[in-house]
Amino acid sequence: MTKQDPDGAQNAGDAIAVEPAVTDLPGHRLVLGDADPLQLASGQMLGPFTVAYQTYGTLNEDKSNAILVCHALTGDQYVAETHPITGKDGWWGSIVGSGRTIDTDTHFIICINVLGGCMGTAGPKDIDPRTGDPFGLNFPVVTIADMVAVQKRVIEHLGITKLFAVIGGSMGAMQVLEWASRYPEMVFCAIPIAGAARHSAQNIAFHEVGRQAIMADPNWCGGAYYGEDVDPERGLAVARMAAHITYLSDSALHRKFGRNLQDRQEITFGFDADFQIESYLRHQGRSFVERFDANSYLYITRAMDYFDLAAEHEGQLPAAFEGSPVRFCLVSFTSDWLFPTAESRQIVHALNAVAASVSFVEIETDSGHDAFLLEEPEFFRILSGFLRGAADQYARTTIETNE
Amino acid sequence: MNRQETTATARIRVDQKLIADMVTPGSRLLDVGCGDGVLLDLLVREREVDGRGIELSQEGVNTCVARGLAVVQGDAETDLHNYPDDAFDFALLSQTLPAIFDVKGVLSELLRIGRCAVVSFPNFGYWRVRTDLLFRGRSPISENLPNAWYESPNIRFFTLTDFMDLLDELDLTAQQIITIDRRGQARSQREIGHWTNLLTEQAIFLIGRS
Repeated sequence: MTKQDPDGAQNAGDAIAVEPAVTDLPGHRLVLGDADPLQLASGQMLGPFTVAYQTYGTLNEDKSNAILVCHALTGDQYVAETHPITGKDGWWGSIVGSGRTIDTDTHFIICINVLGGCMGTAGPKDIDPRTGDPFGLNFPVVTIADMVAVQKRVIEHLGITKLFAVIGGSMGAMQVLEWASRYPEMVFCAIPIAGAARHSAQNIAFHEVGRQAIMADPNWCGGAYYGEDVDPERGLAVARMAAHITYLSDSALHRKFGRNLQDRQEITFGFDADFQIESYLRHQGRSFVERFDANSYLYITRAMDYFDLAAEHEGQLPAAFEGSPVRFCLVSFTSDWLFPTAESRQIVHALNAVAASVSFVEIETDSGHDAFLLEEPEFFRILSGFLRGAADQYARTTIETNE
Repeated sequence: MNRQETTATARIRVDQKLIADMVTPGSRLLDVGCGDGVLLDLLVREREVDGRGIELSQEGVNTCVARGLAVVQGDAETDLHNYPDDAFDFALLSQTLPAIFDVKGVLSELLRIGRCAVVSFPNFGYWRVRTDLLFRGRSPISENLPNAWYESPNIRFFTLTDFMDLLDELDLTAQQIITIDRRGQARSQREIGHWTNLLTEQAIFLIGRS
């Protein structure tokens, strides 16, 4: 997929500079690609541009206790703290924290807002200095590999040569796989949860529905809505509603809502939200638009669609992991039909084909794809065990290296 | 944690100890049908092997991974073909052979992906098994064969002598044979005679390629 300039890297003068539009959110900022622009998979050069990230815990002296958490499509860097916009708990506060499965007392946790995002890292709502206006659709199309290339620069900036673990669910799992495949020497263990080595046709189809909903909103204005009084909120809300259904499962929806009516005793013979599930989805849509940029949604869903790890290796997935020293732990959930177990199993087979170290568990749950964000005691138990075993092993290899 | 470890240590059986002694320290090993991972854990901790496991039951897999072991859910009959040739020094099949449908296929896969195979199994030629059938007229239930016939995962009922015949047929050599009797007494054997077949409750074979 990489379009290489036949004359080699373009010079820095051609690089696309990005001026941040969001500056008031809490957390770390880093400007990258000033002297050394980043070549994107599309062939375009990017730099300078800003990256926003959060850290929890303390980096130890030999910088060996770092865990990179990769967030999902609509996630962000606020993993384990109150979200600055919504005021809700961090999206993975149940796993990351003091004394939790990913323990901030012993480990240094890093989470980086993805390239193309809208929480401080360069994305379509940022300013194009050539025009002085927000990029909109003039922002270059980015890929999962581009996101990971940005993360690698942040990790290097922090002086970390090897991450103890890279972990993430859904699109986060795609980034984990990209990390392990592209920079195996920088990753001790990789934990892709509810992920896939390529985005399936069905998933591309759902994303396309979401994108078309956004683009069909008259307020979208071809992506140049930033200066206007109105945002494509309706389109983005519909995209979120459709996507949200794919994150759940039939049985979870039935368990939570059934055919229960919302604040009424009888159906109204109209198109109000008679059913609780309708009211719930509308709420999900409404609250999402408060914190997310519609164009970012287009760019990030596109990055997921383009992800195909085998395609980068002549269609051979095992070749992506040839000779890998990384210890893998894959997790899938029984009721996840967006990233079903078969997708994880395919990765496991590829890893077995190169005799890589791999653990793979399927967790029994009716919560669907969203299970990776929820309290799943069995998942936590297994993740703790894997991390404990890996930490023992890591301590041993570190001692051997030092000797 | 400590208590868990003590329990785990206490649960290690004599055949598992003997297998651990057979395995070269620091080698690469695949435990096929690793169950709840007691043996694999022992091998990783005490023999410092680079150990992997494959287990059919999801419950077993989850327990193994929670122990920190590299184990995947999979079926010995269908999933071994994913592994490349010579991926491991040892391919282990502990107490799983009686539950295998394609015995010849699995044995040849073990010896393709592993330079040698370690296979342990209960001996249906053991005198108590024979007397159960002869005098009680019932399928045997013992410490080694704990399940009633309708619950047992075992579908192959074979004796030590049967297994020797199969190795002959497949042109495979047993590099080492250890038999274990009723009292847990282990003996290294060169050949399997009538008495050995009668007195052996379980056996462990180290098999090399032909």
